[in-house]
Amino acid sequence: MMAVIPAGLRRVEALVRKETWQLLRDPSSIAIGIVMPLVLILLFGFALSLDVKGVRIAVVLEDSSPTAMELSAGFNLSPYFAVQPVKSMTAAETLMRRHRVDGIVRLLPDFSRRSSRNDAEAQILVYGTDANQARIIEGYAGSALGQQALRRAGEGRGDATGGHAVVRSRLWFNEANDSHYFLVPGLIVLIMTLIGSLLTALVMAREWERGTLEALFVTPVRAGEILLAKMVPYFVLGMIGLALCLIAARFLFQVPFRGSVLILIAVSMLYLLVALAIGLLISSLTRNQFVASMATLLVTFLPAVFLSGFMFDLRSMPVAVQMISFALPGRYYVSLLQTLFLAGDIWAVILPDAGVLAAMACVLLVLTRLVATKKLD
Amino acid sequence: MTASVRRILALIRKELLAVLKDPRSRVSLFLPPILQCLIFGYAATYDLNHVPYAVLDQDHSAASGELLAALDGSGVFQRVAVLSRADDIKTLIDQGRALLVIQFGQDFERRLAAGGAAELQVIADGRNSNTAGTALSYVGTIVDRFNTSWAADHGDARAPVRAAMRAWYNANLETRWYMVPALIGTLTLLQTMLLTAMSVAREREQGTFDQLLVTPFRPFEIIVGKALPSVLIGLIQATLILLVAQLWFHIPFVGSYLVLYGGLTLFLLAAVGIGLMLSAVVATMQQAVLYAFVIIMPLSLLSGLTTPISNMPVAFQTLTLLNPLRYAIDIAHRVYLEGADLTDLIPDLWPMALIAAGTLSVTAWLFRRGFE
Amino acid sequence: MIVAADGPPAVAGRGLRKTFRRKGGRGLGDGLVTALDDISFVVPPGALVALVGPDGAGKTTLIRAIAGLIACDAGTLTVMGIDVATDSQAVQDRIAYMPQRFGLYEDLSVQENLDLYADLHGVTGAIRAALYPRLLGMTALAPFTRRLAGRLSGGMKQKLGLACTLVSTPSLLLLDEPTVGVDPLSRRELWEIIVRLVRDQGLTVLLSTAYLDEAERCDQVFVLHEGRILAEGPPSAVTGRAADRTFQAEPAPGQAARILQSRLLDDPRIVDAVPEAGQVRFVISDVIPDPAPDVIPAIATTVATTVATSPLAGVSITAVAPRFEDGFMVLLRQQDAVPETPTPANPARDRSDLLVESVPSGDDPGPMMIEVHDLVRKFGVFTAVDHVSFAVARGTIFGLLGPNGAGKTTTFRMLCGLLSATAGTLRVAGLDVRAVRAAARQHFGYVAQKFSLYGQLSVAENLDFFASAYGLQGRRKRERIDWALHHFELRSLMHLASGQLPGGFKQRLAMAVALLHEPEILFLDEPTSGADPRARRAFWQRITGLAAAGVTVVVTTHFMEEAEYCDHVAILDAGRILAAGTPASVRAQAPADGRGAATMDDAFVAIVEQARARERAAGGTS
Repeated sequence: MMAVIPAGLRRVEALVRKETWQLLRDPSSIAIGIVMPLVLILLFGFALSLDVKGVRIAVVLEDSSPTAMELSAGFNLSPYFAVQPVKSMTAAETLMRRHRVDGIVRLLPDFSRRSSRNDAEAQILVYGTDANQARIIEGYAGSALGQQALRRAGEGRGDATGGHAVVRSRLWFNEANDSHYFLVPGLIVLIMTLIGSLLTALVMAREWERGTLEALFVTPVRAGEILLAKMVPYFVLGMIGLALCLIAARFLFQVPFRGSVLILIAVSMLYLLVALAIGLLISSLTRNQFVASMATLLVTFLPAVFLSGFMFDLRSMPVAVQMISFALPGRYYVSLLQTLFLAGDIWAVILPDAGVLAAMACVLLVLTRLVATKKLD
Repeated sequence: MTASVRRILALIRKELLAVLKDPRSRVSLFLPPILQCLIFGYAATYDLNHVPYAVLDQDHSAASGELLAALDGSGVFQRVAVLSRADDIKTLIDQGRALLVIQFGQDFERRLAAGGAAELQVIADGRNSNTAGTALSYVGTIVDRFNTSWAADHGDARAPVRAAMRAWYNANLETRWYMVPALIGTLTLLQTMLLTAMSVAREREQGTFDQLLVTPFRPFEIIVGKALPSVLIGLIQATLILLVAQLWFHIPFVGSYLVLYGGLTLFLLAAVGIGLMLSAVVATMQQAVLYAFVIIMPLSLLSGLTTPISNMPVAFQTLTLLNPLRYAIDIAHRVYLEGADLTDLIPDLWPMALIAAGTLSVTAWLFRRGFE
Repeated sequence: MIVAADGPPAVAGRGLRKTFRRKGGRGLGDGLVTALDDISFVVPPGALVALVGPDGAGKTTLIRAIAGLIACDAGTLTVMGIDVATDSQAVQDRIAYMPQRFGLYEDLSVQENLDLYADLHGVTGAIRAALYPRLLGMTALAPFTRRLAGRLSGGMKQKLGLACTLVSTPSLLLLDEPTVGVDPLSRRELWEIIVRLVRDQGLTVLLSTAYLDEAERCDQVFVLHEGRILAEGPPSAVTGRAADRTFQAEPAPGQAARILQSRLLDDPRIVDAVPEAGQVRFVISDVIPDPAPDVIPAIATTVATTVATSPLAGVSITAVAPRFEDGFMVLLRQQDAVPETPTPANPARDRSDLLVESVPSGDDPGPMMIEVHDLVRKFGVFTAVDHVSFAVARGTIFGLLGPNGAGKTTTFRMLCGLLSATAGTLRVAGLDVRAVRAAARQHFGYVAQKFSLYGQLSVAENLDFFASAYGLQGRRKRERIDWALHHFELRSLMHLASGQLPGGFKQRLAMAVALLHEPEILFLDEPTSGADPRARRAFWQRITGLAAAGVTVVVTTHFMEEAEYCDHVAILDAGRILAAGTPASVRAQAPADGRGAATMDDAFVAIVEQARARERAAGGTS
């Protein structure tokens, strides 16, 4: 037994060295491992933003009374809107049809007359194709009108506007409503998934396609050692990717870090193990780089974007889709990252999520080991 | 010329056979678009329909009850807990059991009756600030409605100005209507680009490229013969997605199929052009896959699908002009939802034609240089 | 003798059976292929054992089964007493294996590849230090240790694969065609190593080979045929089958050996005929009943004279000692004779559509189809082809011989327009390749060293595609495809994915594709590498037939005896031509004590070694 362990270690060491050389010599691996994270950081940091501002709206003033002018001036002052005054509704509709504006605010000729009877109506037309943006515009426009009306009502009548409920909202963990706060965990998930699964999905398939395994199999090397050696370099690369993201999160995006870094690194390792195991499993099963890359895309990368809860709320999805998301590692990791970054060490979240990831890692690694036999048929 | 056409046709036939003959690659070309379209059609929506919330009602009044009933009756908000102490809020939010906690102060109804502003506090879990923001705006809408009915019930005058909202093209503002047509471009881009890049890389790796090069094929014939099958496969994938959108999700198609397919063909030519350009510089299939990803990530993030282009800094907005996906998504939306015709789409069409022409010429140059 | 004779056999198999499912056989009834059909055998410890047999006989399957890479459907298989089925890892710990296609890591250097396998086998320290120089010296890879494996020539890769296999000192060494694509010089060196391993270290070696002279050097031989063992025992047992039946015929003056040879092959009583050192060696079938000692030579004379219906029928016949290859051919013919229909066992015999007798050979050189003048190709500072000039006349066969890495493939790629020349002129079919590349391509067919047709596509689809690629259409296209299917006997396999074809059939398909458009010139880069003797005979019959029909053929080969088929040969080393001319004149140029070398093989080794010695001497003085 004493002699067995060093021999195995030496073999793994030799294979790890081989994988590392291959990785370092192939510029495409470096592109995915280093360049890609940097590009993503750049994009997430500077290009992507869900905060609406400068929405282009056309304001059609068919009434030139001071009341109407004042209302339109209100839109002008708002940072959310870039107002384009338009003479006629036809012109405004043309603009909207060409998507030159995202919405139209129209005040009819009798606006001020009806307004004095408290019966005025402002027409708001939004460009509904982009439903999400349209909804936000509706909200902003509605509240702009409402405030305007309240102010006018107060001035005109000199008395209170009547009882009304006011929402005072507080966004915990992200008081400033900075979208970087939720983009950063998503960024980390994407990068870890790409490095973990995509690279490993290709490595076994590549060896099958190039026929390099046959000679390797008939050596004292164990199938498990081959797999282990395939994981080590990509694990390291994944951790480098993580480090880049953490540095960016801290110094570029100024995202607060309220949990413990050690726990974050530990759960990231778990996720990376799962991703690596999925990649190796796909690779061992397909033995074909094209099919492997397609399968990886389908089961790891796209779900990491769509089914992890990073972009879209999981609770609002149909039950069947939610079930699928439970079977994928992304949602647990996103939940862990969001909590560790923004909320802190909340064990009630960390323990179950990390537990699932650990279980997934175990099952997948065992499965991969079972699939990867040293047989040609 | 006819000899040239015949050679190209032979190459197209061979490419299609090579891809479609293997059942696994057949499956991996046509099943994922359908599955992805289905899953993402359901998943990729910013609309919320299940917001777990908790309430801390220190007022226990008819007014707070009425507002809560409005929330519960919305079908969106599900009350998961009724709290009695403010201390419990933290645990509930921390553990992610509730997205919102709504708190009524003791004098909520009194202030309303007094004709003043009655405050209700809403605490949201901001870990996903996007979702939280949407949920808060839903609350705002319900509160607005409550205010209107409260005013009516208590003899107050109507608000001086009402907003009559109407949305064009997507009356109910469903995100799915926005997302699913956009997938036509997004999903086909990825696969056609990868397919093209790998088909040349595979020939290189397996030595068949040399065999091809000793036949009378000219570089441009190889390029055309490699490009068209991928475009064709892309069009088939687009059709599958289109079918799912209409038959499964019942998203009404108001435009012209001819215009849509015309635009898509141009887009796929641009996508395949990028793939071919890539294939001319890579040595192995692995490189083809990995570089394709490095290209596809920025293309899809800067396409305007996930975040609006108008929100980006000017430099990035300029960069998106080189992104064929940006135009494809616009075309898909405008034809599918808005019924745009060809003249409406000219601003989208010529940049894609330019990208296709550019990438294909560069590929031809790279191929020719490869002989030297 | 170190090895205990009473130890367990190195390998013992009983009742082994293995069937494969062949994919892609649309409309093909046979989905199953029997690779091993009830095989029982014993390999004694310390023996050097060869597996020989035609393509698809089951050699690779058997070796893979012994290596524990595939599981047999039935039977028991033990290696040094260990059951392979239950404990394949224990077997793999004790053996070394070199697959037919050794998958080197092409992005690792020669040294790194070696290190990897040394580490995996646990070879370290002093053992490693002593081993490396020996392995690198033997494979002549010492100057290239830092080069990436992907940048090595085909033969050098093969040698590196062998070196990687030999880093361990196992009890059993399995080699699947270890010398395919290796030049004669290196082949001799490799064999010295293998023999020394067996003699000095008591190693058991089981190897499969297509070079039957290698089988002759083994202690024991198994002849495999269609998944069964046809014969086993010492090589002499096989050789003996051709005893008293092997002769040499001297062609009449002015008659090319290959013409006599092809006529001899046409006679059903003759199982084999090969040109050799200007003569033709042939073997009389043992279907002719057991003869009195003088009957067979009489038959031989009759045969040779009647077959060679030349007006100058002065053919002289002498009896020669049989070789393993002769016995092997007799054995296989027996096999074919029993169940076979009267259709010729040798497919190339039906070549009436190819062979045009009227073409002159030798007297009038005719127009030059290929003219290469001062051709140079440099890769960085390395000169792969160094001022090479030669010309090939229409309807002749030109052989390009040389050690691995001599620049043969580079020259080929330039001729085909796959690589541009650094300097020099290249005219193919009268066209300047560098100027009108596409136009020149219509005139030639090309068969690459490595199978390079579309593996996923069926035989018929490949033919269809390339026919269209060469501009064939309509009836003409159908006719040519039909011709190819018929002539290369591919019809029964036409719906099979070409990647699944047995090796010999892949070769045939590649030839068929190259000939579809009836090119005037045919380029063949190591076409017979790894092919069994019968397939090689059939191949050369086709080639000589094509040449007779006016096709110009340029070929590289590592089988030196095949150079005898050529009208002209050139020996290339380090990018330079060392000797050129007819096979006879090249043999005469060999520096073997002033007299010509006996065989092309000897001549080749002598010429290359002399040139290298001169190079070293020059390098030493300067």
